[in-house]
Formats: sequence, C-alpha cells, structure tokens
Amino acid sequence: MDRILQLLSDLSRRRFLETAGATGLVLASPLARAQTPPEGASVHGEASPENEMVTLTVNGTQHTLALDPRTTLLDALREHLGLTGSKKGCDQGQCGACTVIVNGQRINSCLALAAMHSGDEITTIEGLAHGDELHPMQAAFVRHDGLQCGYCTPGQICSSVAMLAEHKAGWPSYATADVATHPALTHAEIAERMSGNICRCSAYANIVAAIRDVADGGRA
Amino acid sequence: MKPFRYEKASAIASACTSAAQPAAKFIAGGTNLIDLMKLQIETPAHLVDINALPLREIEETPEHGLRVGALVSNSALAADMRVRQRYPLLSQAILAGASGQLRNKATTGGNLLQRTRCPYFYDTTKPCNKREPGSGCSALRGLNRMNAVLDVSDNCIAAHPSDMAVAMTALDARVETVARDGATRTIPIDTLYRAPGDTPNIETVLALGELIRSVVLPPPPPGRQLYRKVRDRASYAFALVSVAAIVAHDSNHVRSARVAFGGLSYKPWRSADAEGALSGATLTRASYDAAGTAALKNAHGYGHNDFKIPLARRTLRATLADVTGSI
Repeated sequence: MDRILQLLSDLSRRRFLETAGATGLVLASPLARAQTPPEGASVHGEASPENEMVTLTVNGTQHTLALDPRTTLLDALREHLGLTGSKKGCDQGQCGACTVIVNGQRINSCLALAAMHSGDEITTIEGLAHGDELHPMQAAFVRHDGLQCGYCTPGQICSSVAMLAEHKAGWPSYATADVATHPALTHAEIAERMSGNICRCSAYANIVAAIRDVADGGRA
Repeated sequence: MKPFRYEKASAIASACTSAAQPAAKFIAGGTNLIDLMKLQIETPAHLVDINALPLREIEETPEHGLRVGALVSNSALAADMRVRQRYPLLSQAILAGASGQLRNKATTGGNLLQRTRCPYFYDTTKPCNKREPGSGCSALRGLNRMNAVLDVSDNCIAAHPSDMAVAMTALDARVETVARDGATRTIPIDTLYRAPGDTPNIETVLALGELIRSVVLPPPPPGRQLYRKVRDRASYAFALVSVAAIVAHDSNHVRSARVAFGGLSYKPWRSADAEGALSGATLTRASYDAAGTAALKNAHGYGHNDFKIPLARRTLRATLADVTGSI
C-alpha cells in the first residue's frame, strides 16, 4: 500500500511539474481585465476579452491563468494546472471528493468559480506531504486502511485535516449537545463533521479510526 | 453552463446598480447558484460577485442584539460564541444544514435566498411554474414527499429548504437591504418571502438590484431554545420537518412560546396558532398535542407528503417536551 501511494504521489508531482513548466508568457490584451503576472509565476492560457485573469496560489506556488469565467476551481486545478488529485465525483457539492482547503478552510471546489478565488491560497492533496514525507493524516489513512478504491480519499484527507483545525478552534457541530461548549471529538462528532464526504466503498470505520489516531496525537 | 460576464463588485452602490441590469444576479458563496447554473436552471448573463464588500462582521446592536453581515459564512455564524450563548437555536439550525464544506462557503444572505430543492424544479425535462412560469406544476400529482403542506397553491407546492431561516423566524430577525437607488429598508423575516399564488417564480419581496446587507437578531426572548430536525438520514439532508421552539415556563405552565416549522411551506412557518394554544398551557402531552393540532389545522397533503402533517405534530410535541424538560 505504501508503495502504491508513493508511486501515485510521484506521478502526480511529476505531472504537476511538467504542466507548471510548460508555460509561456502571454501578452495581456488591454481588453482583458488582466493583472500583471508576478515575477516567477507561471502563466496559463490566453488573455482575451472573454477570459478572466485569475491568480491562484496553489500548494505555495503562484499561477496566473486566463480562464473562461465559467471555470470552476476544481476544473482550474485539474484541467489547467494538472493537479488531478482533487476528484470530480458528483460535481454538485454532495460527495466531497473535490474538497480542497482555501485560506485554511475546506470547501467543495466544484461549487466555486475559479475567478472568485483570485488571490486565494489553496491547498490540495498534492500539497499536504513534505517531499517524500506523508502528511500525518495521509500516513494514518494508509496505516488504518482508510480506503478501498481510493477515489474519495483526497477529499476525505483534505476535509479531515481542515476538520481537525475547525474542532481545535472550538467550533461546535450538530452532534454537540450544548453548542456553547467545546465538545470532545467523539466518534459521533467525527462522523457528523465528516458527513460531507461520501465513501461509496463505505470505508467509514477505518476513516474514523485514521482521523481519531491523528486527533489523539497518533504515531505520525 | 451558459456564458456570463463576471464582475467583482468593490462597493455596495455599484454592486446594486450592476445587479439591476436585466438577467444580472448577485453571487456570494455560490453553493446553490453555481449548481443551478450548471443545470441551466439559472442562466444569468451577468454575475456580480459581492465577496469583496465589507459585509463580513457580526456586531452588537444598541438594543443588545446582533447585526450579522450578509457575507458572514454559515460556519462563522454558527461558531460565534455570542450566537452560541444567546441564540443557541440559530447555531443548532445552521449546524443541522448542509456539510462542513458547504457551510464554510455559504453566506447568511445567500442562505435566505437559496432556491427550493423540489425535484421538479431541478428536472428541466418536466413542467415547473417556478422554473418556467405557466408550464404547470409536476409535483402536485408527482413525487411530492418533500413538498409543502401549508399555504401553498395549485401552481406550486415547493418547500423552502433553509434551516437557518427557520431559527431566524422564531427569533423575529429583521433583514436589512439596500436598493439600487441607495435606499435602505428593514424587512421582518416573516414577510421576506412571497406566497406562491400565481407567480411562484417570484419568491421574495426584494426588488431588482436590492441587496441584503445584514440580518439583525433582536435580543433573545426569555426561555430555552431548541431546534429539532427530522430527515431521511442522520446528517447532511434537507428537513422533512423541523421545529424551532423558544419556551419560557414555570413549574406547571408555559409563560410564553415561539414556534416555527421548516419543511412545511414556501417559507419558514411561524405558527401564531401554536403559540396561542401554548400560552398559559400546562406542561403536558395534551397541551403539546393541542398546539400541534392548532398549527396544522389548515394543512393539506398532496399524497406522498401526507405523512408530514402528523409528523409535524409529533415533532412539535417532542421538541416542546425536550425544551421544557417535561413529559
């Protein structure tokens, strides 16, 4: 399992670097609402009156993209930046496979227009590991076998990382008996807080175990 | 998705002017609108992104209530300690809706203006007077178990899907708006939504280009607050029926009560009949059942949703028993 994840991680990193490298500077038309791309930023697509110039900082790297305003954040990540870790499941905000972390908060990237996130900091599944060292939540999912087919896993992991931050900040949930208190992270709390991520293989028991492990300090 | 012009508004006045253009729309969180645009149920030609407007604060009002900016996210509102301590009903209702991801994006103003989840509104191959005025209502004789039973019309039986708005209705919230000419007004939340009548496509009293700026919560009324939601699964589903209750009582009698239902009508259903029945009533099952009977006396089922009428009565009884710690 570790080997497979490592391969997948290497593949996505390589594709990402290729895509990010294969860029040419576009001369912005004065008609486009263009921003001057910052030094060192990659530029994608062509500026035109129909396109929006969108600057996204994804996993620490700034990108400037000329995008049709209809482009969702998910499609910008997958189709324009080659970051295919975030998955398109339902494409209507019900399954959570597209979950990414924007300015520290988890959102469904399928229900976000990329143009509305210009200037934002985005973390995808590709950005959680440090080099070859998995993020503690990734390691816990491997350790607890928190997946079967793996399609929902990037969304589950991004969601759970941000969910733990929400809990740490003292946010209540529908499972919290007294919303004015800071609830302990019980099984019921984890299940409720993760209800926006569906796993068709129903690996829920192991997903909760992985999250529990990280919340408790884990071995990672 | 149909093409549209995208505009990031930098001031309230220009946002309202832009949104008053034909086929223009405000967009805030976008969790409902983008979904509807993908399905071409909403086809704005011009989108006015209001996320840069200074409407993200929750502040104290002189009357010791709270003013919630229209762009405050559902998550931020539910997690605000002032809301959790003084309006726990509102936190509970918000947390009963959607998922963590959606609540991070969805806003206070947008939640109020979200569209119905009637399956025929979403099914562009079927008639729907809300989506296509004059085409007919498929839900009347269709699969209508999620639809409304109170104060709807033969042109539309869609239910309002919000949980947050049900709590705000019980709290007598006021919606503050600014119009395209800069005029401001305050709309009691109970009068924000229009009954479907012959024009179910027109859902609120808001004018073209009129922007929700904030929602004011008056000081909380005396009594304990509770939101109870009944749905098809334990989490992340729209309400079949929900009840927001605020009840003050002594050892034997109700002193004052506020009751609002979700899932029953085109708007959150504040029940003056239930509140009247409860005023001075004993803390007994008979009193709670009488309140439920009063609340649902004009309800009308459409077949698949007939069950909502007894379910609403029982949910009210259970909520009242919980909130008063009786029976």
